[in-house]
Amino acid sequence: MIANYGYKDGSGDYFIAIDTDRCDGCGACVPVCPNSVFMVMDEDPNDPMREEPVAVVADDQRKKIKYACAQCKPGGERMPLPCVVACPVDAITHSW
Amino acid sequence: MYTAGIDVGAKTVKIVVTQDGKIVDRQIVSAGQDAQAAIEEAWQSLDTPIADIGLIVATGSGRKSTKRAKGYVTEVAAAAKGAQKTQPEVRTVVDVGAEEGRAIRIDENGKVVDFAINEKCAAGAGAFTEAMARALEVDLPTLAAMSLKSTGNVAMNAQCAVFAESELVTLVHSNTPKQDMAKAIHDAISDRIVSMVRRVGMAEKVMLIGGVALNDGFVASLANDLETSVIVPQDPQLVSAFGAAILGEEGNYAESLSETME
Amino acid sequence: MAEEYWRWTESRWTNPDIDWKKGDIITGGVDVGSVSSQAVVFVDGQLYCYGNTRTGSNSPDSAHKAMGLAMEDTGMSLDDLQYTVGTGYGRVNVPFGTRAITEIACHARGANFMYGPTVKTVLDMGGQDCKAIHCDPRGKVTNFLMNDKCAAGTGRGMEVFADLLQVPITQIGELSLQVEKEPPPVSSTCVVFAKSEASSLLREGWPKEKVIAAYCSAMAHRVVTLLERIGVEEDFAITGGIAKNVGVVGRIEKELGITALKPKIDTQIAGAVGAALFGDALVKKERKKG
Repeated sequence: MIANYGYKDGSGDYFIAIDTDRCDGCGACVPVCPNSVFMVMDEDPNDPMREEPVAVVADDQRKKIKYACAQCKPGGERMPLPCVVACPVDAITHSW
Repeated sequence: MYTAGIDVGAKTVKIVVTQDGKIVDRQIVSAGQDAQAAIEEAWQSLDTPIADIGLIVATGSGRKSTKRAKGYVTEVAAAAKGAQKTQPEVRTVVDVGAEEGRAIRIDENGKVVDFAINEKCAAGAGAFTEAMARALEVDLPTLAAMSLKSTGNVAMNAQCAVFAESELVTLVHSNTPKQDMAKAIHDAISDRIVSMVRRVGMAEKVMLIGGVALNDGFVASLANDLETSVIVPQDPQLVSAFGAAILGEEGNYAESLSETME
Repeated sequence: MAEEYWRWTESRWTNPDIDWKKGDIITGGVDVGSVSSQAVVFVDGQLYCYGNTRTGSNSPDSAHKAMGLAMEDTGMSLDDLQYTVGTGYGRVNVPFGTRAITEIACHARGANFMYGPTVKTVLDMGGQDCKAIHCDPRGKVTNFLMNDKCAAGTGRGMEVFADLLQVPITQIGELSLQVEKEPPPVSSTCVVFAKSEASSLLREGWPKEKVIAAYCSAMAHRVVTLLERIGVEEDFAITGGIAKNVGVVGRIEKELGITALKPKIDTQIAGAVGAALFGDALVKKERKKG
């Protein structure tokens, strides 16, 4: 399943997609994010039948994701995102 | 000969007339339903005769409505110049108007280093506090005063002006003290503005301009979130118009409107 | 009395062909949203009864109210439910709930029941959120996207307009279709700004139906761009309160070039239906173990 977390408002679309078929809940993405956007849950809230842990975007960050990610996405030149780099199975993508 | 800067905003039209870098005349008029009429009214109510104004530079979201302007500048440029001219130590400008919010970082020459804009979403601008004040059935100055009296720590979850209204209703039902709700409102919008500031990087001194700077509750929340004191100049809504006039004096403006549109 | 333009009709229904006392597996599903709450009861995999009400000032009361309405005149009580799943914004606050499951999973499952296994794309326009979901023939989610940050494209956005124009919300869809020529959409997706724009248009002399058509058009377009982020594969179904608004639904279908499946059951109960079905599956799972 592709889980898209984020929102669309008047100023644009901001979504982080986690491919839960690839994710095994290893948690590498959690510590590298400067704003604690990610967390690992033992039960996937969107897939009650899943047995493995899974990474999700924390509920208190979901609606502010444009701001939470702003640090890693300055106006000028952008370096590779730490969360994308840390994930060993390329489960994370950003829509902006 | 004078120079004038006109800032056509969503709610108000501001004009500042300058000579040799000093403000000699000013006017604020409500934009109302008819921007053209409001602009004319603003010109007519100046003490300075229009004929004595050599150059008019326009800025603001409604600048295309001005007929007399010979030059145009973006809101970012106008705000940066106006702030730095008002107080040379300013390095971060936070401009919150009725419908848009901006964070701008400038260098010692007033040159824009980086900026972030919050537009098209009412939650990041004055429209938010206005909607909340209406929902609580108080006027804005009362809302601001109430928030300064709060000793509680209630936080709003909603990131949208419409949802925040529903959330207020829930808070009212759970008998949350009005002061705490007022503070939650100002903290909420301040949170969003501060994220924009963090995006461009905050450097001292920080100046707040735009109509929402008149809201003491917001200023307090902002200063608290940024963990620093925030300079609010006299007449914060006029700073961008002032900046436009100065850019006019310096010859730093575009001659066609399209050059300033994104 | 007609001041409450946002007020849509609360409703309930009982399946006349089922005698619940003869049922083997009886489960409940409760969807407590920010705007509305629904409760359903399933008996042996069939929809037995449901209730649809406005969410009150707190979630536990709203859950009770919805289930109370569903069970009205059936002789059933909460003790007769073997397993109850709560979903929606207030899911962890359903006092008689056995477990909470998010609305994404429940809506996919619910749409699969309501529209059949051919449904691949579900658009749910709820009270305070908008969801685009891809599901497989068993109703399992394969892709989803939810927007609950912004009022544009949600029921609350439509309620704001109903109030502004002083038109009961149940009539808005029909009214929007009464324009001779489709007007340009209102320019802003932000409900607050769209509302100011609409006020100016009214002052300029635009008739109500034209303003409403312009707003439905803007809402439809906005929802379509959200949907297109994950793509639309047929069959396509719409759930939630706004699925009852022909003005928005028609415009969405037109922009996509796809016709949505026609609903046979109240579109607002999809989440609760999915929840009750999860309950059913979980009871069966427990019985296998024991």
